[in-house]
Amino acid sequence: MAFFFAQFLTGLANAAALFLVASGLSLIFGVTRIVNFAHGSFYMLGAFVGVTLMDVLPGAVGFWGAIILTGLAVGAIGAFVEMVVLRPIYRAPELFQLVATFGVILVIQDLALMIWGAEDRLGPRAPGLRGVWRIFGEPVPKYDIILIAITPFILFALWYLITRTRVGVLVRAATQDREMVGALGVNQARLFTGVFALGSALAGWGGALQLPKGGADLLMDFNIIGAVFVVVVIGGMGSLPGAFIAAVLISVLSVFGVTYLPQSTLVLMFVVMAIVLIVRPYGLLGREEVAGEHGQVGAPETPIRPYGRTGKLLVAGLLALLAALPLFAEQFVLTLTVDMIVFALFAASLHFILGTGGLVSFGHAAFFGGGAYAAALLVFHTDTRMELAFLFAPFAAGLLALGIGWFCIRLTGVYFAMLTLAFSQLVWSLAFQWRDVTRGDDGLVNIWPAEWLNSPAAYYYFTLALGVGGILFLRHVIHAPFGYALRAGRDSPRQAEATGIDVKRIQYAAFALAGAMAGLAGGIFVFSKGSVFPTELEIGASFDALIVVFLGGVKTLAGGVVGAGFMTLVEDWLTRLEYWRLLLGLLIIAVVIIAPEGIVGSLRSLWTRIRGTESEVTK
Amino acid sequence: MTEILRVEHLKKSYDGFLAVNDVSFSVAKGELKALIGPNGAGKSTCFNMLMGQLKPTAGTVWLDDKKITGLRPREIWRRGVGRTFQITGTYPSMTVIENVQMALMSHHRKLYAIAPRAWRLYRDEAFEFLKTVEMEDQADRPCSVLAYGDLKRLELAIALCHRPRLLLMDEPTAGMAPSARIALMQLVADIVRVQGVSVLFTEHDMDVVFAHSHHIMVLNRGELITEGSAEEVRNDARVQEVYLGGGTLFAEAQNA
Repeated sequence: MAFFFAQFLTGLANAAALFLVASGLSLIFGVTRIVNFAHGSFYMLGAFVGVTLMDVLPGAVGFWGAIILTGLAVGAIGAFVEMVVLRPIYRAPELFQLVATFGVILVIQDLALMIWGAEDRLGPRAPGLRGVWRIFGEPVPKYDIILIAITPFILFALWYLITRTRVGVLVRAATQDREMVGALGVNQARLFTGVFALGSALAGWGGALQLPKGGADLLMDFNIIGAVFVVVVIGGMGSLPGAFIAAVLISVLSVFGVTYLPQSTLVLMFVVMAIVLIVRPYGLLGREEVAGEHGQVGAPETPIRPYGRTGKLLVAGLLALLAALPLFAEQFVLTLTVDMIVFALFAASLHFILGTGGLVSFGHAAFFGGGAYAAALLVFHTDTRMELAFLFAPFAAGLLALGIGWFCIRLTGVYFAMLTLAFSQLVWSLAFQWRDVTRGDDGLVNIWPAEWLNSPAAYYYFTLALGVGGILFLRHVIHAPFGYALRAGRDSPRQAEATGIDVKRIQYAAFALAGAMAGLAGGIFVFSKGSVFPTELEIGASFDALIVVFLGGVKTLAGGVVGAGFMTLVEDWLTRLEYWRLLLGLLIIAVVIIAPEGIVGSLRSLWTRIRGTESEVTK
Repeated sequence: MTEILRVEHLKKSYDGFLAVNDVSFSVAKGELKALIGPNGAGKSTCFNMLMGQLKPTAGTVWLDDKKITGLRPREIWRRGVGRTFQITGTYPSMTVIENVQMALMSHHRKLYAIAPRAWRLYRDEAFEFLKTVEMEDQADRPCSVLAYGDLKRLELAIALCHRPRLLLMDEPTAGMAPSARIALMQLVADIVRVQGVSVLFTEHDMDVVFAHSHHIMVLNRGELITEGSAEEVRNDARVQEVYLGGGTLFAEAQNA
């Protein structure tokens, strides 16, 4: 019993940092509607800045002073990021802001590497709180008790700020109706910057407060972001008490998980989240989102058209070039092209559900990696023939999408995005922790294609046929009644439902199809590399696909494919440099701000403009 | 005359506020019936309950003696009820004719087909529907550039695709120029006459209502206060009070 209680206290103490970070994210989302993926980076910055300040400032005053200063410093960094990166793109579709925050993650990762180096830092112990207190005979670190005591005060302070002060009134008003608040003469830009700074400061405090328990390292940003999103979603987006309850729930559960079910620690919180969302689709204390909030922003998409003569010739020329490539190209070019085609198919499948369906999925890597793992597991454990295992990849990924989609499709907007993210993390943690089956981060190796495909040229043609075939198939579906129905459900769900279209069922079917096609890409991938690791299932992999779709242009059918080609080339070139993340991050941010229609979209606009002016001149 | 729609004791309350209170009426086959009333009277709430967008707090809706309360909009549509909305909801990423083709694909149950090219399907049929609403010259324009009145006509064409027996039109002429209003209602009246469709519509413009409807119902503060022919309604003292003064100001302020 005493042990049980001590465990419970540890969980409560862990909840402190988690709650701080989650409340910051929740605040930022509530007011600015930005899903800030860089939030984990601010948490990491908090840890590093905290360690540095604690080295400089001596004693107990220095320790607590350093923590307070850290929050202020990270808050200032947050304000800077908001003003430079986000302010120019508030009117853009939400995906842009998302991609921009992902660029911020990359930039902060490399800056942290430059400043603090690759080594992990141990956090200093809190002065005067080094030992343990005995509670029912069980040792509980003194610092844990202090954290447990502090957390309710933080919650209360935030609650007071939001419900009892003028700033809080503005924040709540802006959460409900941004435009109205602006129309009433409130300086929106300042309010947004302020909220973003406060949210970042909270993340920074979270990072600094956990130092004596965890320290600082360069993986902290991605490690916490999953848990933070789970907390915010379970609690209900925008609800502070909800975030608190969820943070406690998740922290306590994972402490018990470590003790009693050590293989399940990563899975546990996603299972809890899935259960909560089945019972309460908008979280424990969340409210249903206002409909239309996440509809199409910006100019409406132009009606889709089959390619004209020029377009068809271009595609035919490209295909001919690809088909002739093995005749003259070196092997590394073939390998690079295979990567490109695999990535293009993966991106096209995401584009199908995201662009045509309007469903922003944050967890599409689950199906890519899921397909790769499905094939690899068959080969690894049962020595299945490659052809059969390969077919199993899209099939298994499609089934996985049916399972995940059953939960996710009922939700919309950010909740949909978060739940897909959570499920992809669930799949990732299975691959990572179920070592008996998946071998964990050792990965599954020696997954080679069958004899007849076992030469670079043969596998290249195999990839070309299936990859390009898959992309063309998706394109055909978009032009078929099913694709039209999907677009109808995105454009106006009300009208679609009022003319007999079961929007959710169409979306469910499309989600499964997109999953199967991503699985096909995963199948091609695993046999081209000969191995698969949990990294293929990481958040980062889902985000690569999102970025690619966005870079190419969401509103253009060729967007995903062009983006994938561009990205593969850029990455191949950039990763040779030491600080490639920094450059890639800056590139992404630059594209977001300068060419918000994506590559294909911007080119098309430019083309229309040139042609437009020409025709006016000839008149 | 046989009834096509019968509404019994329909009621909708929001936290104790009665938006629609005990409304009962019926629509006969081939009838063009208007539901009028000041802002906030509960007209759109009524419509949303008829078509399944809102769940009634109490009451029953019968279509041809079959209960349709609680069914989803798409199920009610399948049973032969078409609807146009106060604020149009067409698909901006499609052309005018594709919007109609989309409804026809649903009508012909081709929504899950992945083989045919959608823009070739039912194009001629869609063109006929566009002709009905005199939109055929705009068939291939993107829907997002249409004038508001044209959008309303397009919506009407879409609503006709499933050969409905009953059309619900929520403020069909709102936001249109006066001449266009009369033309559109003339069109609706023709459709009622030629195709035998019944129409229930809400409207603000009294000229439109008195010129075209066979039968008028007046809703105020959630309750039906009277119904009858244009002449009867025009001379009803309670209707004059609702529209010219009396108790409406307070009701409007409360609903605003």
